[in-house]
Amino acid sequence: MRRDLSLIVTRRQDVLTVVAFFILVITLFPLALGPDPQKLRTLAPAGVWVAAALASLISLDRLFADDWRDGSLEQLLLAPEPLTVVALAKVAAHWLALGLPLVVLSPALGYALGLEGAELGVLAVSLLLGTPVLSLLGAVGAALTLGVRAGGALMALLILPLYVPVLVLGAGAVTEAMYSSAFYAHLSLLGALLAAALPLLPLAIAGALRIALD
Amino acid sequence: MSSRSVPWLKFTAPANFYALAQRLTPWLWAGAALLCLAALYIGFFVAPAEAHQGESYRILYIHVATAWMGMFLYLLMALYGGIYLVWRIKMADIMARSIAPTGALMTFLSLWTGALWGAPTWGTFWVWDARLTSTLVLLFLFLGYIALHGAADDREKGGRAASLLAVIGAINVPIIYFSVDWWYNLHQGSSVIRADGPSMAPSMLTAMLLMIAGIWLYSAAVVLRRAQVEALEREPRSEWAQAAAAGRMTRTQRELAAAESVREHTSQEEGQA
Amino acid sequence: MWDGIGDFLAMGGYAGYVWGSYGVTAAVLLLEGVLLGRRRRRAHALLQRRTRRAAAGSQSKGGNER
Repeated sequence: MRRDLSLIVTRRQDVLTVVAFFILVITLFPLALGPDPQKLRTLAPAGVWVAAALASLISLDRLFADDWRDGSLEQLLLAPEPLTVVALAKVAAHWLALGLPLVVLSPALGYALGLEGAELGVLAVSLLLGTPVLSLLGAVGAALTLGVRAGGALMALLILPLYVPVLVLGAGAVTEAMYSSAFYAHLSLLGALLAAALPLLPLAIAGALRIALD
Repeated sequence: MSSRSVPWLKFTAPANFYALAQRLTPWLWAGAALLCLAALYIGFFVAPAEAHQGESYRILYIHVATAWMGMFLYLLMALYGGIYLVWRIKMADIMARSIAPTGALMTFLSLWTGALWGAPTWGTFWVWDARLTSTLVLLFLFLGYIALHGAADDREKGGRAASLLAVIGAINVPIIYFSVDWWYNLHQGSSVIRADGPSMAPSMLTAMLLMIAGIWLYSAAVVLRRAQVEALEREPRSEWAQAAAAGRMTRTQRELAAAESVREHTSQEEGQA
Repeated sequence: MWDGIGDFLAMGGYAGYVWGSYGVTAAVLLLEGVLLGRRRRRAHALLQRRTRRAAAGSQSKGGNER
Protein backbone atom coordinates (compact mmCIF):
# COMPACT_ATOMS: atom_id res chain seq x y z
CA MET A 1 0.00 0.00 0.00
CA ARG A 2 2.79 2.41 0.83
CA ARG A 3 4.25 1.69 -2.56
CA ASP A 4 0.92 2.45 -4.22
CA LEU A 5 0.54 5.63 -2.27
CA SER A 6 3.99 6.88 -3.11
CA LEU A 7 3.39 5.93 -6.72
CA ILE A 8 0.24 8.00 -6.85
CA VAL A 9 1.83 10.89 -5.00
CA THR A 10 4.67 10.94 -7.48
CA ARG A 11 2.09 11.06 -10.23
CA ARG A 12 0.70 14.27 -8.83
CA GLN A 13 -0.75 15.09 -12.18
CA ASP A 14 -3.40 12.40 -11.87
CA VAL A 15 -4.58 13.84 -8.59
CA LEU A 16 -4.74 17.30 -10.08
CA THR A 17 -6.65 16.07 -13.10
CA VAL A 18 -9.32 14.37 -11.02
CA VAL A 19 -9.71 17.34 -8.67
CA ALA A 20 -9.96 19.70 -11.63
CA PHE A 21 -12.57 17.42 -13.20
CA PHE A 22 -14.58 17.46 -9.97
CA ILE A 23 -14.52 21.26 -9.77
CA LEU A 24 -15.34 21.66 -13.47
CA VAL A 25 -18.39 19.40 -13.30
CA ILE A 26 -19.68 21.42 -10.34
CA THR A 27 -19.01 24.63 -12.27
CA LEU A 28 -21.19 23.37 -15.09
CA PHE A 29 -24.27 23.32 -12.86
CA PRO A 30 -24.59 27.09 -12.22
CA LEU A 31 -23.66 27.75 -15.85
CA ALA A 32 -26.42 25.47 -17.07
CA LEU A 33 -28.98 26.49 -14.48
CA GLY A 34 -28.46 30.22 -14.23
CA PRO A 35 -27.15 32.18 -11.25
CA ASP A 36 -30.37 32.24 -9.17
CA PRO A 37 -29.03 31.43 -5.66
CA GLN A 38 -32.25 29.79 -4.48
CA LYS A 39 -32.35 27.35 -7.39
CA LEU A 40 -28.64 26.63 -7.05
CA ARG A 41 -29.04 25.90 -3.37
CA THR A 42 -31.72 23.32 -4.09
CA LEU A 43 -29.47 21.67 -6.60
CA ALA A 44 -26.26 21.83 -4.56
CA PRO A 45 -26.36 18.41 -2.82
CA ALA A 46 -27.15 16.65 -6.09
CA GLY A 47 -24.50 18.63 -7.95
CA VAL A 48 -21.65 17.91 -5.57
CA TRP A 49 -22.59 14.25 -5.23
CA VAL A 50 -23.01 13.60 -8.95
CA ALA A 51 -19.67 15.31 -9.57
CA ALA A 52 -18.04 13.16 -6.88
CA ALA A 53 -19.51 9.97 -8.36
CA LEU A 54 -18.32 10.84 -11.87
CA ALA A 55 -14.87 11.86 -10.62
CA SER A 56 -14.59 8.59 -8.73
CA LEU A 57 -15.64 6.68 -11.83
CA ILE A 58 -13.09 8.26 -14.16
CA SER A 59 -10.26 8.08 -11.64
CA LEU A 60 -10.85 4.37 -10.99
CA ASP A 61 -10.90 3.45 -14.64
CA ARG A 62 -7.17 2.76 -14.69
CA LEU A 63 -6.77 1.52 -11.11
CA PHE A 64 -5.45 -1.89 -12.14
CA ALA A 65 -4.77 -1.31 -15.83
CA ASP A 66 -1.10 -0.30 -15.60
CA ASP A 67 -0.20 -3.04 -13.12
CA TRP A 68 -2.00 -5.52 -15.30
CA ARG A 69 -0.15 -4.49 -18.43
CA ASP A 70 3.35 -4.57 -16.92
CA GLY A 71 2.72 -7.86 -15.15
CA SER A 72 3.10 -6.64 -11.56
CA LEU A 73 -0.48 -7.68 -10.87
CA GLU A 74 0.48 -11.29 -11.48
CA GLN A 75 3.28 -10.94 -8.97
CA LEU A 76 0.75 -9.72 -6.42
CA LEU A 77 -1.14 -12.95 -6.98
CA LEU A 78 1.96 -14.84 -5.83
CA ALA A 79 2.62 -12.52 -2.88
CA PRO A 80 2.29 -13.94 0.64
CA GLU A 81 -0.63 -11.63 1.52
CA PRO A 82 -4.05 -12.75 0.31
CA LEU A 83 -5.24 -11.00 -2.82
CA THR A 84 -8.21 -9.62 -0.89
CA VAL A 85 -5.91 -7.66 1.42
CA VAL A 86 -3.85 -6.45 -1.51
CA ALA A 87 -7.00 -5.28 -3.28
CA LEU A 88 -8.21 -3.47 -0.18
CA ALA A 89 -4.83 -1.79 0.23
CA LYS A 90 -4.82 -0.65 -3.39
CA VAL A 91 -8.29 0.83 -3.10
CA ALA A 92 -7.40 2.48 0.21
CA ALA A 93 -4.32 4.08 -1.32
CA HIS A 94 -6.34 5.23 -4.27
CA TRP A 95 -9.02 6.71 -2.05
CA LEU A 96 -6.49 8.51 0.17
CA ALA A 97 -4.85 10.07 -2.87
CA LEU A 98 -7.91 10.82 -5.03
CA GLY A 99 -11.02 10.55 -2.84
CA LEU A 100 -9.90 12.45 0.22
CA PRO A 101 -9.06 15.65 -1.70
CA LEU A 102 -12.65 15.73 -2.98
CA VAL A 103 -13.96 15.40 0.57
CA VAL A 104 -11.69 18.19 1.77
CA LEU A 105 -12.65 20.45 -1.11
CA SER A 106 -16.38 19.76 -0.92
CA PRO A 107 -17.30 22.36 1.75
CA ALA A 108 -15.79 25.12 -0.36
CA LEU A 109 -17.68 23.96 -3.44
CA GLY A 110 -20.87 23.49 -1.45
CA TYR A 111 -20.47 27.04 -0.19
CA ALA A 112 -20.10 28.27 -3.74
CA LEU A 113 -23.40 26.62 -4.59
CA GLY A 114 -25.14 28.28 -1.65
CA LEU A 115 -24.97 25.76 1.16
CA GLU A 116 -24.16 27.17 4.56
CA GLY A 117 -23.21 26.31 8.12
CA ALA A 118 -23.96 22.82 9.30
CA GLU A 119 -25.01 21.73 5.81
CA LEU A 120 -21.40 21.98 4.70
CA GLY A 121 -20.36 19.73 7.56
CA VAL A 122 -23.02 17.17 6.64
CA LEU A 123 -21.88 17.32 3.01
CA ALA A 124 -18.28 16.60 3.98
CA VAL A 125 -19.25 13.78 6.37
CA SER A 126 -21.58 12.20 3.82
CA LEU A 127 -18.80 12.25 1.23
CA LEU A 128 -16.34 10.91 3.80
CA LEU A 129 -18.60 7.90 4.39
CA GLY A 130 -19.82 7.52 0.82
CA THR A 131 -16.78 7.94 -1.44
CA PRO A 132 -14.95 4.88 -0.03
CA VAL A 133 -17.96 2.78 -1.04
CA LEU A 134 -17.85 4.36 -4.49
CA SER A 135 -14.14 3.55 -4.71
CA LEU A 136 -14.73 -0.09 -3.72
CA LEU A 137 -17.58 -0.52 -6.20
CA GLY A 138 -15.61 1.21 -8.92
CA ALA A 139 -12.63 -1.05 -8.22
CA VAL A 140 -14.88 -4.07 -8.84
CA GLY A 141 -15.82 -2.56 -12.19
CA ALA A 142 -12.20 -1.76 -13.02
CA ALA A 143 -11.18 -5.33 -12.22
CA LEU A 144 -14.07 -6.83 -14.20
CA THR A 145 -13.24 -4.81 -17.31
CA LEU A 146 -9.48 -5.47 -17.29
CA GLY A 147 -8.25 -6.26 -20.76
CA VAL A 148 -11.62 -5.65 -22.32
CA ARG A 149 -12.38 -3.64 -25.41
CA ALA A 150 -13.95 -0.21 -24.65
CA GLY A 151 -13.34 -0.85 -20.97
CA GLY A 152 -14.09 2.68 -19.77
CA ALA A 153 -17.56 3.01 -21.27
CA LEU A 154 -18.43 -0.53 -20.27
CA MET A 155 -17.31 0.13 -16.72
CA ALA A 156 -19.67 3.12 -16.50
CA LEU A 157 -22.54 0.92 -17.68
CA LEU A 158 -21.71 -1.73 -15.09
CA ILE A 159 -20.95 0.47 -12.12
CA LEU A 160 -23.21 3.52 -12.27
CA PRO A 161 -26.35 1.47 -11.50
CA LEU A 162 -24.60 0.13 -8.41
CA TYR A 163 -23.77 3.68 -7.30
CA VAL A 164 -27.47 4.47 -6.87
CA PRO A 165 -27.88 3.69 -3.14
CA VAL A 166 -24.80 5.68 -2.14
CA LEU A 167 -25.89 8.64 -4.23
CA VAL A 168 -29.43 8.54 -2.86
CA LEU A 169 -28.29 8.40 0.75
CA GLY A 170 -25.41 10.86 0.41
CA ALA A 171 -27.27 13.59 -1.46
CA GLY A 172 -30.31 12.81 0.68
CA ALA A 173 -28.41 13.52 3.90
CA VAL A 174 -27.45 16.99 2.70
CA THR A 175 -30.97 17.74 1.48
CA GLU A 176 -32.35 16.65 4.83
CA ALA A 177 -29.91 18.95 6.59
CA MET A 178 -31.28 21.84 4.52
CA TYR A 179 -34.91 21.39 5.46
CA SER A 180 -34.89 19.60 8.77
CA SER A 181 -32.23 18.12 10.97
CA ALA A 182 -33.14 14.47 10.42
CA PHE A 183 -29.96 13.66 8.56
CA TYR A 184 -28.57 11.21 11.12
CA ALA A 185 -30.60 8.35 9.67
CA HIS A 186 -29.12 8.93 6.22
CA LEU A 187 -25.61 9.16 7.59
CA SER A 188 -25.95 6.04 9.71
CA LEU A 189 -27.33 4.07 6.73
CA LEU A 190 -24.43 5.36 4.67
CA GLY A 191 -22.13 4.15 7.43
CA ALA A 192 -23.86 0.78 7.36
CA LEU A 193 -23.26 0.55 3.60
CA LEU A 194 -19.59 1.31 4.20
CA ALA A 195 -19.40 -1.29 6.97
CA ALA A 196 -20.93 -3.90 4.67
CA ALA A 197 -18.82 -2.90 1.66
CA LEU A 198 -15.47 -2.92 3.45
CA PRO A 199 -15.30 -6.67 4.10
CA LEU A 200 -17.41 -7.88 1.13
CA LEU A 201 -16.31 -5.88 -1.89
CA PRO A 202 -12.56 -6.66 -1.57
CA LEU A 203 -13.58 -10.30 -1.98
CA ALA A 204 -15.38 -9.41 -5.20
CA ILE A 205 -12.41 -7.35 -6.39
CA ALA A 206 -10.03 -10.22 -5.70
CA GLY A 207 -12.36 -12.62 -7.51
CA ALA A 208 -12.55 -10.34 -10.53
CA LEU A 209 -8.77 -9.91 -10.57
CA ARG A 210 -8.27 -13.68 -10.52
CA ILE A 211 -10.62 -14.03 -13.49
CA ALA A 212 -8.68 -11.38 -15.40
CA LEU A 213 -5.34 -13.01 -14.59
CA ASP A 214 -6.33 -16.60 -15.34
CA MET B 1 -19.32 -36.26 -8.23
CA SER B 2 -20.46 -38.97 -10.55
CA SER B 3 -23.47 -38.49 -12.73
CA ARG B 4 -25.13 -41.39 -10.92
CA SER B 5 -25.17 -39.83 -7.48
CA VAL B 6 -26.92 -36.61 -8.52
CA PRO B 7 -29.48 -37.26 -11.24
CA TRP B 8 -29.58 -33.68 -12.56
CA LEU B 9 -25.84 -33.62 -13.03
CA LYS B 10 -26.36 -35.62 -16.18
CA PHE B 11 -27.65 -32.49 -17.89
CA THR B 12 -24.41 -30.62 -17.32
CA ALA B 13 -23.25 -32.49 -20.41
CA PRO B 14 -24.37 -30.32 -23.36
CA ALA B 15 -25.35 -33.38 -25.37
CA ASN B 16 -27.76 -34.59 -22.70
CA PHE B 17 -29.06 -31.11 -22.16
CA TYR B 18 -29.63 -30.70 -25.88
CA ALA B 19 -31.68 -33.86 -26.05
CA LEU B 20 -33.71 -32.94 -22.99
CA ALA B 21 -34.42 -29.45 -24.32
CA GLN B 22 -35.34 -30.93 -27.67
CA ARG B 23 -37.98 -33.04 -25.99
CA LEU B 24 -39.28 -30.26 -23.70
CA THR B 25 -39.50 -27.22 -25.94
CA PRO B 26 -42.42 -28.29 -28.17
CA TRP B 27 -44.53 -28.87 -25.08
CA LEU B 28 -43.41 -25.59 -23.57
CA TRP B 29 -44.29 -23.68 -26.75
CA ALA B 30 -47.69 -25.33 -26.92
CA GLY B 31 -48.39 -24.73 -23.23
CA ALA B 32 -47.30 -21.10 -23.50
CA ALA B 33 -49.55 -20.47 -26.50
CA LEU B 34 -52.50 -22.22 -24.87
CA LEU B 35 -52.18 -20.44 -21.53
CA CYS B 36 -51.63 -17.02 -23.07
CA LEU B 37 -54.65 -17.43 -25.34
CA ALA B 38 -56.77 -18.58 -22.40
CA ALA B 39 -55.53 -15.63 -20.34
CA LEU B 40 -56.36 -13.21 -23.16
CA TYR B 41 -59.81 -14.72 -23.59
CA ILE B 42 -60.68 -14.56 -19.89
CA GLY B 43 -58.95 -11.23 -19.46
CA PHE B 44 -60.76 -9.54 -22.32
CA PHE B 45 -64.06 -11.37 -22.65
CA VAL B 46 -64.93 -12.71 -19.20
CA ALA B 47 -63.43 -10.31 -16.69
CA PRO B 48 -65.50 -7.12 -16.25
CA ALA B 49 -64.13 -3.58 -16.34
CA GLU B 50 -62.53 -2.44 -13.12
CA ALA B 51 -64.55 0.02 -11.02
CA HIS B 52 -61.96 2.80 -10.79
CA GLN B 53 -59.63 2.23 -13.71
CA GLY B 54 -62.16 1.17 -16.33
CA GLU B 55 -60.67 -0.87 -19.16
CA SER B 56 -57.09 0.33 -18.75
CA TYR B 57 -56.48 -2.13 -15.92
CA ARG B 58 -56.36 -4.92 -18.55
CA ILE B 59 -52.76 -3.84 -19.20
CA LEU B 60 -51.92 -5.19 -15.78
CA TYR B 61 -52.24 -8.81 -16.90
CA ILE B 62 -49.22 -8.47 -19.12
CA HIS B 63 -47.49 -5.93 -16.87
CA VAL B 64 -47.52 -8.07 -13.76
CA ALA B 65 -46.50 -11.18 -15.68
CA THR B 66 -43.51 -9.51 -17.38
CA ALA B 67 -42.39 -7.64 -14.25
CA TRP B 68 -42.44 -10.83 -12.22
CA MET B 69 -40.67 -12.71 -14.97
CA GLY B 70 -37.93 -10.10 -15.32
CA MET B 71 -37.08 -10.30 -11.64
CA PHE B 72 -37.28 -14.07 -11.55
CA LEU B 73 -35.04 -14.41 -14.59
CA TYR B 74 -32.46 -12.12 -13.02
CA LEU B 75 -32.30 -14.23 -9.89
CA LEU B 76 -32.09 -17.38 -12.00
CA MET B 77 -29.31 -15.87 -14.10
CA ALA B 78 -27.38 -14.90 -10.95
CA LEU B 79 -27.90 -18.41 -9.59
CA TYR B 80 -26.51 -20.01 -12.75
CA GLY B 81 -23.70 -17.45 -12.69
CA GLY B 82 -22.87 -18.45 -9.13
CA ILE B 83 -22.88 -22.12 -10.08
CA TYR B 84 -20.54 -21.35 -12.95
CA LEU B 85 -18.17 -19.42 -10.70
CA VAL B 86 -18.00 -22.18 -8.09
CA TRP B 87 -18.05 -25.39 -10.14
CA ARG B 88 -17.07 -24.12 -13.61
CA ILE B 89 -19.88 -26.10 -15.22
CA LYS B 90 -19.96 -24.83 -18.79
CA MET B 91 -23.66 -25.54 -19.14
CA ALA B 92 -24.43 -23.12 -16.27
CA ASP B 93 -22.77 -20.28 -18.18
CA ILE B 94 -24.67 -21.26 -21.32
CA MET B 95 -27.92 -21.11 -19.34
CA ALA B 96 -27.10 -17.78 -17.69
CA ARG B 97 -26.11 -16.25 -21.03
CA SER B 98 -29.29 -17.58 -22.62
CA ILE B 99 -31.47 -16.13 -19.88
CA ALA B 100 -30.06 -12.61 -20.16
CA PRO B 101 -31.71 -11.43 -23.42
CA THR B 102 -35.13 -12.75 -22.44
CA GLY B 103 -34.76 -11.23 -18.98
CA ALA B 104 -33.83 -7.86 -20.45
CA LEU B 105 -36.81 -8.11 -22.78
CA MET B 106 -39.22 -8.91 -19.97
CA THR B 107 -37.85 -6.06 -17.87
CA PHE B 108 -38.22 -3.68 -20.79
CA LEU B 109 -41.79 -4.86 -21.40
CA SER B 110 -42.70 -4.40 -17.75
CA LEU B 111 -41.42 -0.81 -17.89
CA TRP B 112 -43.19 -0.15 -21.17
CA THR B 113 -46.55 -1.58 -20.10
CA GLY B 114 -46.17 0.02 -16.68
CA ALA B 115 -45.74 3.43 -18.30
CA LEU B 116 -48.78 2.89 -20.52
CA TRP B 117 -50.81 1.82 -17.51
CA GLY B 118 -49.53 4.64 -15.34
CA ALA B 119 -50.39 7.36 -17.85
CA PRO B 120 -54.18 7.08 -17.54
CA THR B 121 -54.11 5.83 -13.94
CA TRP B 122 -51.76 8.30 -12.22
CA GLY B 123 -51.63 10.86 -15.01
CA THR B 124 -47.93 10.31 -15.73
CA PHE B 125 -45.85 7.86 -17.70
CA TRP B 126 -43.06 7.82 -15.19
CA VAL B 127 -42.44 8.56 -11.53
CA TRP B 128 -39.16 8.11 -9.69
CA ASP B 129 -40.66 5.48 -7.50
CA ALA B 130 -38.67 2.67 -5.93
CA ARG B 131 -40.18 -0.05 -8.08
CA LEU B 132 -39.71 1.80 -11.33
CA THR B 133 -36.21 2.93 -10.51
CA SER B 134 -35.02 -0.47 -9.38
CA THR B 135 -36.61 -2.09 -12.44
CA LEU B 136 -34.71 0.37 -14.62
CA VAL B 137 -31.51 -0.53 -12.76
CA LEU B 138 -32.34 -4.20 -13.33
CA LEU B 139 -32.58 -3.56 -17.06
CA PHE B 140 -29.14 -1.92 -16.99
CA LEU B 141 -27.74 -4.87 -15.06
CA PHE B 142 -29.02 -7.25 -17.75
CA LEU B 143 -27.50 -5.05 -20.45
CA GLY B 144 -24.24 -4.81 -18.51
CA TYR B 145 -24.13 -8.58 -18.16
CA ILE B 146 -24.60 -9.07 -21.90
CA ALA B 147 -22.03 -6.40 -22.76
CA LEU B 148 -19.43 -7.76 -20.34
CA HIS B 149 -20.00 -11.33 -21.49
CA GLY B 150 -19.29 -10.37 -25.07
CA ALA B 151 -16.48 -7.90 -24.41
CA ALA B 152 -13.72 -10.28 -23.33
CA ASP B 153 -11.57 -11.88 -25.99
CA ASP B 154 -11.96 -15.27 -24.43
CA ARG B 155 -15.46 -16.57 -23.83
CA GLU B 156 -14.66 -18.34 -20.59
CA LYS B 157 -13.16 -15.20 -19.07
CA GLY B 158 -16.08 -13.09 -20.20
CA GLY B 159 -18.51 -15.62 -18.79
CA ARG B 160 -16.87 -15.66 -15.41
CA ALA B 161 -16.59 -11.87 -15.17
CA ALA B 162 -20.23 -11.48 -16.21
CA SER B 163 -21.28 -14.14 -13.70
CA LEU B 164 -19.54 -12.24 -10.92
CA LEU B 165 -21.35 -9.08 -12.01
CA ALA B 166 -24.68 -10.92 -11.96
CA VAL B 167 -24.07 -12.13 -8.41
CA ILE B 168 -23.02 -8.66 -7.18
CA GLY B 169 -26.08 -7.20 -8.88
CA ALA B 170 -28.37 -9.71 -7.20
CA ILE B 171 -27.13 -8.53 -3.82
CA ASN B 172 -27.43 -4.91 -4.87
CA VAL B 173 -30.95 -4.85 -6.29
CA PRO B 174 -32.68 -5.12 -2.88
CA ILE B 175 -30.39 -2.42 -1.46
CA ILE B 176 -31.26 -0.17 -4.38
CA TYR B 177 -34.95 -0.89 -3.90
CA PHE B 178 -34.93 -0.03 -0.21
CA SER B 179 -32.78 3.07 -0.55
CA VAL B 180 -34.95 4.50 -3.32
CA ASP B 181 -38.15 3.52 -1.55
CA TRP B 182 -36.99 5.29 1.58
CA TRP B 183 -35.88 8.34 -0.34
CA TYR B 184 -39.14 8.54 -2.28
CA ASN B 185 -41.35 8.17 0.77
CA LEU B 186 -39.44 10.90 2.59
CA HIS B 187 -39.93 13.29 -0.28
CA GLN B 188 -43.37 12.55 -1.60
CA GLY B 189 -45.34 11.12 1.27
CA SER B 190 -46.78 7.72 0.66
CA SER B 191 -46.25 6.07 -2.69
CA VAL B 192 -48.80 6.55 -5.44
CA ILE B 193 -48.62 2.87 -6.22
CA ARG B 194 -50.44 1.13 -3.47
CA ALA B 195 -49.66 -2.51 -2.89
CA ASP B 196 -53.24 -3.62 -3.38
CA GLY B 197 -56.16 -1.69 -4.72
CA PRO B 198 -59.74 -2.82 -4.36
CA SER B 199 -60.07 -6.57 -4.28
CA MET B 200 -59.94 -8.28 -7.66
CA ALA B 201 -62.79 -10.16 -9.25
CA PRO B 202 -62.05 -13.92 -9.44
CA SER B 203 -62.00 -13.85 -13.24
CA MET B 204 -59.36 -11.09 -13.18
CA LEU B 205 -57.21 -13.12 -10.86
CA THR B 206 -57.62 -16.21 -13.05
CA ALA B 207 -56.57 -14.27 -16.14
CA MET B 208 -53.57 -12.85 -14.36
CA LEU B 209 -52.38 -16.21 -13.06
CA LEU B 210 -52.86 -17.79 -16.49
CA MET B 211 -50.87 -14.99 -18.09
CA ILE B 212 -48.07 -15.40 -15.54
CA ALA B 213 -47.94 -19.13 -16.23
CA GLY B 214 -48.03 -18.53 -19.99
CA ILE B 215 -45.19 -16.02 -19.89
CA TRP B 216 -43.27 -18.36 -17.64
CA LEU B 217 -43.58 -21.21 -20.15
CA TYR B 218 -42.72 -18.88 -23.03
CA SER B 219 -39.56 -17.79 -21.24
CA ALA B 220 -38.62 -21.36 -20.44
CA ALA B 221 -39.07 -22.38 -24.09
CA VAL B 222 -37.09 -19.44 -25.48
CA VAL B 223 -34.30 -19.80 -22.95
CA LEU B 224 -33.94 -23.54 -23.60
CA ARG B 225 -33.94 -22.98 -27.37
CA ARG B 226 -31.32 -20.26 -27.06
CA ALA B 227 -29.24 -22.46 -24.78
CA GLN B 228 -29.40 -25.23 -27.39
CA VAL B 229 -28.12 -22.92 -30.11
CA GLU B 230 -25.51 -21.48 -27.76
CA ALA B 231 -24.27 -25.01 -26.94
CA LEU B 232 -24.09 -25.91 -30.63
CA GLU B 233 -22.15 -22.75 -31.43
CA ARG B 234 -19.69 -23.33 -28.62
CA GLU B 235 -18.88 -26.94 -29.50
CA PRO B 236 -19.00 -27.05 -33.28
CA ARG B 237 -16.34 -29.75 -33.46
CA SER B 238 -18.05 -32.27 -31.23
CA GLU B 239 -19.75 -35.27 -32.72
CA TRP B 240 -23.00 -34.77 -30.85
CA ALA B 241 -23.39 -31.23 -32.16
CA GLN B 242 -23.02 -32.40 -35.76
CA ALA B 243 -25.49 -35.20 -35.21
CA ALA B 244 -27.89 -32.80 -33.50
CA ALA B 245 -27.67 -30.36 -36.39
CA ALA B 246 -28.43 -33.15 -38.83
CA GLY B 247 -31.49 -33.90 -36.73
CA ARG B 248 -30.45 -37.39 -35.75
CA MET B 249 -28.97 -37.91 -32.39
CA THR B 250 -29.10 -41.47 -31.19
CA ARG B 251 -29.10 -42.64 -27.63
CA THR B 252 -25.67 -44.19 -27.95
CA GLN B 253 -24.28 -40.99 -29.38
CA ARG B 254 -25.66 -39.07 -26.46
CA GLU B 255 -24.16 -41.50 -24.00
CA LEU B 256 -20.82 -41.36 -25.73
CA ALA B 257 -20.84 -37.58 -25.64
CA ALA B 258 -21.82 -37.58 -21.99
CA ALA B 259 -19.02 -39.97 -21.11
CA GLU B 260 -16.62 -37.81 -23.09
CA SER B 261 -17.61 -34.65 -21.27
CA VAL B 262 -17.39 -36.36 -17.89
CA ARG B 263 -13.86 -37.47 -18.78
CA GLU B 264 -13.02 -33.96 -19.87
CA HIS B 265 -14.39 -32.58 -16.62
CA THR B 266 -12.46 -34.97 -14.39
CA SER B 267 -9.25 -34.44 -16.30
CA GLN B 268 -9.76 -30.69 -15.90
CA GLU B 269 -10.17 -31.14 -12.18
CA GLU B 270 -7.09 -33.28 -12.00
CA GLY B 271 -5.23 -30.65 -13.94
CA GLN B 272 -6.27 -28.01 -11.46
CA ALA B 273 -5.31 -30.13 -8.47
CA MET C 1 -70.12 -7.82 -22.52
CA TRP C 2 -68.68 -5.85 -25.44
CA ASP C 3 -71.07 -3.87 -27.61
CA GLY C 4 -69.69 -4.96 -30.96
CA ILE C 5 -66.15 -4.94 -32.26
CA GLY C 6 -65.87 -1.16 -32.29
CA ASP C 7 -66.58 -1.01 -28.58
CA PHE C 8 -64.02 -3.73 -27.96
CA LEU C 9 -61.35 -1.90 -29.94
CA ALA C 10 -62.11 1.38 -28.19
CA MET C 11 -61.35 -0.20 -24.78
CA GLY C 12 -63.47 2.35 -22.95
CA GLY C 13 -61.33 5.19 -24.29
CA TYR C 14 -58.03 3.55 -23.35
CA ALA C 15 -57.40 2.00 -26.77
CA GLY C 16 -53.96 3.58 -27.22
CA TYR C 17 -52.72 2.44 -23.86
CA VAL C 18 -54.15 -1.09 -23.90
CA TRP C 19 -53.34 -1.91 -27.53
CA GLY C 20 -50.02 -0.12 -27.23
CA SER C 21 -49.07 -2.45 -24.41
CA TYR C 22 -50.29 -5.67 -25.98
CA GLY C 23 -49.13 -4.73 -29.47
CA VAL C 24 -45.57 -3.97 -28.43
CA THR C 25 -45.44 -7.06 -26.24
CA ALA C 26 -46.63 -9.29 -29.07
CA ALA C 27 -44.25 -7.65 -31.55
CA VAL C 28 -41.26 -7.95 -29.26
CA LEU C 29 -41.91 -11.59 -28.37
CA LEU C 30 -42.47 -12.42 -32.02
CA LEU C 31 -39.24 -10.68 -32.98
CA GLU C 32 -37.37 -12.62 -30.31
CA GLY C 33 -38.73 -15.89 -31.70
CA VAL C 34 -37.89 -14.99 -35.31
CA LEU C 35 -34.34 -13.88 -34.48
CA LEU C 36 -33.75 -16.99 -32.42
CA GLY C 37 -35.08 -19.21 -35.20
CA ARG C 38 -32.76 -17.56 -37.69
CA ARG C 39 -29.78 -17.99 -35.42
CA ARG C 40 -30.69 -21.64 -34.91
CA ARG C 41 -31.01 -22.34 -38.63
CA ARG C 42 -27.69 -20.65 -39.29
CA ALA C 43 -25.96 -22.72 -36.60
CA HIS C 44 -27.46 -25.91 -38.00
CA ALA C 45 -26.48 -25.05 -41.55
CA LEU C 46 -22.92 -24.31 -40.47
CA LEU C 47 -22.62 -27.61 -38.65
CA GLN C 48 -24.14 -29.58 -41.53
CA ARG C 49 -21.68 -28.03 -43.97
CA ARG C 50 -18.86 -28.96 -41.65
CA THR C 51 -20.09 -32.55 -41.41
CA ARG C 52 -20.39 -32.86 -45.19
CA ARG C 53 -16.91 -31.43 -45.67
CA ALA C 54 -15.51 -33.88 -43.13
CA ALA C 55 -17.28 -36.78 -44.84
CA ALA C 56 -16.03 -35.72 -48.26
CA GLY C 57 -12.51 -35.31 -46.91
CA SER C 58 -12.36 -38.80 -45.46
CA GLN C 59 -13.79 -40.32 -48.66
CA SER C 60 -11.22 -38.70 -50.94
CA LYS C 61 -8.47 -39.75 -48.58
CA GLY C 62 -9.73 -43.32 -48.78
CA GLY C 63 -9.70 -43.04 -52.60
CA ASN C 64 -6.07 -41.95 -52.67
CA GLU C 65 -5.01 -44.89 -50.63
CA ARG C 66 -6.48 -47.29 -53.09
